[in-house]
Amino acid sequence: MPLLAIVVLAVGTYAFRLAGPLLQDRLTIPDHVRRLMSVAAAVLLVALIATAALTEGHGFAGWSRPAGVLVAGVLVLRRAPFPVVIVAAAATTALLRLCGLS
Amino acid sequence: MNSLWRTVDRGTLRDIALVCLADAIVAAAFGAISVSGGLPVWVPVAMSLLVFAGGAQFAAIGVVLAGGGPVAAVAAAMVLNGRLLPFGFAVADVLNGRWWTRLIGAHLMTDEAVAFVLRHDDPRKRRAVYWTVGLALFTVWNVAVVLGALGGRGIADTDALGLDAAFPAVLLALVLPSLADKRTRVAALIGAVVAVAATPFLPAGVPVLLALVGLVPSILSRTGRKRPGEAARPDEIPETGAATEAGTATRTDSTQETC
Repeated sequence: MPLLAIVVLAVGTYAFRLAGPLLQDRLTIPDHVRRLMSVAAAVLLVALIATAALTEGHGFAGWSRPAGVLVAGVLVLRRAPFPVVIVAAAATTALLRLCGLS
Repeated sequence: MNSLWRTVDRGTLRDIALVCLADAIVAAAFGAISVSGGLPVWVPVAMSLLVFAGGAQFAAIGVVLAGGGPVAAVAAAMVLNGRLLPFGFAVADVLNGRWWTRLIGAHLMTDEAVAFVLRHDDPRKRRAVYWTVGLALFTVWNVAVVLGALGGRGIADTDALGLDAAFPAVLLALVLPSLADKRTRVAALIGAVVAVAATPFLPAGVPVLLALVGLVPSILSRTGRKRPGEAARPDEIPETGAATEAGTATRTDSTQETC
């Protein structure tokens, strides 16, 4: 990985990050669009969660990982504290793998 | 900075600390994997400082370690980072201060920071949470990458620890409250289904962007409703408090999204 490639990636990534904060003054964004952006962020995060939980590369990630994430989801809905949610997710997945599940 | 600390409550600080801990292990694994794959130490370190995006860093290193060229590595990572563009608009209000705070703040934008910000509606809280998550994560992430690169062979196997489940779990815990809003929930559900269904066929990162089609119904319903008085929309939860307190009402039906 040459330094040039890292720099190109860094500059491109930074441009993505900076566009919103910089352009917000130049274009007046109506309220409903602003709200839509907020919904869009949630949609992207949920899609990220779903793909990260279920897929690995182009295929299925195996059952252990989605099982751990499912446990996390149930605990969140039951108002479990955040540390419990995260530790339970990782522990579930790790235990299932220890038992030989993919 | 003092007022920044006072604005973030202890519970949130604890949550942030935990996210930092989980990310630290992932970062150390990133450093360890890169170096044990034959890359010099400065590559993961420079990449973490300059790119600072976990998924993209793993993608780029993965391509290189699999024998791919730098162009393919950069392309894969850039597509993954495409979501930062809409994220930037979603949290732009947090970065509306002086120009240099925008320049620095933008670099600290991550999935985690955006997810934490979405939990709050109060502008001061949003700003304080963003900066706290951003600065803490940037510090922890980069220190852990250095440590991992210098000698953390043992932690290369994060799968055995179930840490691959921790990342989606963290985001889920952060984003679930905002799904109490029905419009958001419907959009997110459609988006998630589309993204997962598209994963076998499209390059990494594209399916997540494709999830934005989930927004189409809410855009259409808005334009259809536009004429008879814009202001009053009964189905919409007022913005204040929607993210924090609404979780109760919709507990049962938001279960679907978790699986």
